[in-house]
Amino acid sequence: MFKRSELDKRPPVQIFIDGVAVAARQGDTVSAALLASSCDARRSTAVSGALRLPYCMMGVCFDCLVTIDGVGNRQGCLVPVAEGMQIEIQKGKREIGK
Amino acid sequence: MTVAPEREEYDVVVIGAGPAGLAAAATSSEAGLSTLLLDENVGPGGQVFRAIDSTPVTERNQLGADYWVGAELVQALRASDAEVIHRATVWSLDRNLDIAVSIGGASAFVKAKRVILATGALERPFPIPGWTLPGVMTAGAAQTMLKSSALVPDGPTVIAGQGPLLWLLAAQILRLGGRIDRILDTTERGNYFAALPHAFAFLTSPYFTKGLSMMREVKAKVQVVSGVTELSASGDGQLASMSYVAGGKREIIPADLLLLHQGVVPNVNLAMAAGIEHRWDDLQLCWSPVLDASGHSSVAGIAIAGDGAGIGGANAAVVRGRIAARAAVEALAPAAAAKLPAMASLRADLAKAERGRVFLDTLFRPAPQFRIPAGDTIVCRCEEVTAKDILDAVAIGATGPNQLKAYRRTGMGPCQGRLCGLTVTELMAQARGKSPQEIGYYRLRAPVKPITLAELAAVPKSEDDIKAVVRG
Repeated sequence: MFKRSELDKRPPVQIFIDGVAVAARQGDTVSAALLASSCDARRSTAVSGALRLPYCMMGVCFDCLVTIDGVGNRQGCLVPVAEGMQIEIQKGKREIGK
Repeated sequence: MTVAPEREEYDVVVIGAGPAGLAAAATSSEAGLSTLLLDENVGPGGQVFRAIDSTPVTERNQLGADYWVGAELVQALRASDAEVIHRATVWSLDRNLDIAVSIGGASAFVKAKRVILATGALERPFPIPGWTLPGVMTAGAAQTMLKSSALVPDGPTVIAGQGPLLWLLAAQILRLGGRIDRILDTTERGNYFAALPHAFAFLTSPYFTKGLSMMREVKAKVQVVSGVTELSASGDGQLASMSYVAGGKREIIPADLLLLHQGVVPNVNLAMAAGIEHRWDDLQLCWSPVLDASGHSSVAGIAIAGDGAGIGGANAAVVRGRIAARAAVEALAPAAAAKLPAMASLRADLAKAERGRVFLDTLFRPAPQFRIPAGDTIVCRCEEVTAKDILDAVAIGATGPNQLKAYRRTGMGPCQGRLCGLTVTELMAQARGKSPQEIGYYRLRAPVKPITLAELAAVPKSEDDIKAVVRG
C-alpha cells in the first residue's frame, strides 16, 4: 500500500509487531510504521469483529487502536515509535489488565 | 517523557499548535502574558504544517512554499517565552476556564484567564459503501504519512472527491515518486455556475494561479475522471476494487488504496463541550461557533481561532490567531497591546486571507449523495450503525441525534461523533423534513477524548470531593 521514499534518511528504530522485529524510522508514529511494514496490521472491531486499518491518521477516527507495550486501546497515530517497543495488533475490545 | 505544566494558572492557554495556535501563543507571549500552548501531536504544525521541524522531505519544492511558511511560525514561537507541551490531550474545558489535560497517562489541571481554542478542522465524513474497509483512508491521512514519514502509495491507488487539498496531495505524491492510478472528481457540474458570481474575488486571490498550476501538473500524469456521481469500495476484509459512475456510465477498477476527501469542517468537540454556541452554516454545511470580530465565543474568556472558527484556510488561521491573542492582551494588559500590530491592520490581513473563500466553498460544496448515505452504508464507524438503522429509528420515534444514542448508540463510541455527527444531523434532518439547525447535534461532554478510569481515579481529591460520593 505504501513505500518509503528514497529521500528518507532518518535513522532506523527497531520495534516488534506481534513479536516480529520490524525496522521503523525515527519519527514514525506507530500507525505509520505498521502501514509501512509488510505485517498484517488489521485490527478487528469490538462491535462486530470487522477488520480495520487506520483511516484519519490525525487522532480523530480511533481506527488505529492498538496495544503498545502492554497497554491496550492506544491511538497508534499519536504515539511515536521507540527502540524495542512491543506492538500487538488488537483483536476486538481491550482486555482487562491491558 | 512526561512534562506537566509548570504553573497552575496562566494568563492565556492556547489549545492546538497549528497555524492559529502557533501565531496566538507567540503573540500573547511576546506581549508579556504568561502563556501555555497545549498540543496533542508529537511536534508543532497541526495538520497543515505537520512535522514542520522533523519532516524527512527536506527538498523544499516537494512540499511547496506554502508548507515552509510554518517554519517561521515555529521559530517565532520558540523565540518567545511561551511554555509548550506536546502529546498533551486536553479532555476538559469548562465555563470557569478550568482545563484538564492528559500528559503521558496522567492528568494535570490548569486555570486560564483567557483560553484560545485552536483545535482546527478535520476532514468531512465521506460515508460511501465500503468506507470502513482496510485500505480506505482520507486524503489527509496520506498527506500526514507523506509529510511526517515520506511514505507514498505504491500499489493501485485511487483518489476520490473534491477540493484544493486533493490536488495538492496528488501533486505531492507524484513529486515523491508515489503511484496514483486515477483521480475521481466528484465536483457537481452545477457548482461551477453557482460559483461564477464569486469568481472575481477568487481569480484575484493567490489560490487561483497556484491551484491551476497544481492541477495541470497532476493532469499531465494521472487520468482524471470528472463528474463522478457515485462511489463505492469493495473487498473481503481488504479493499480490492472500487466502482464509480460518471456520465451515467459505471466502471469498476482494482485498487488497494482509496483516498477520500470532500473538504474539511471545524473540529467542534472541545468547543461544544465547553458550552460554546454553534450554528449550522448553510454554505459550509457544518457547525460553526458564534463569534465576535475578535473570535470571542458565547462563553466569557474563550476565543476560537483558526479553522475551528469556520473554515478559512491556513493563512486566515494565522491572522485569526493573532487577532484572538491581541484581544486577550487588550483585556489583560492593555498597555502591552501597543507593542502589537493594530487590530485594524490585522482585520485587513484577515480580509485578504479570506479572499476567494466563498468561491471555493460554493464550487466544492459536496453533493448530497456523498453526505447523506442510504441503505447498508455505515454512518457511525465506531458502533457500526448503518443509514437504514438510523432511518428505522426515526420511523419509530427518534427525533434527533441525542435521542438516537438511546436507540442505536451512534456517536457513543471512542470517536465521540467526530466521524458520524454531521452525517447523522443531515440524515435525520432530511428524514424528518427539518433543517439541520432544528435537528441539532450531539450534546458533547468531557472527557472529549477517552481517558482511562485509572487516570481519572488518580486525580487529586479534596476531602469534600470524597465526602460527596462516599456513603456512611
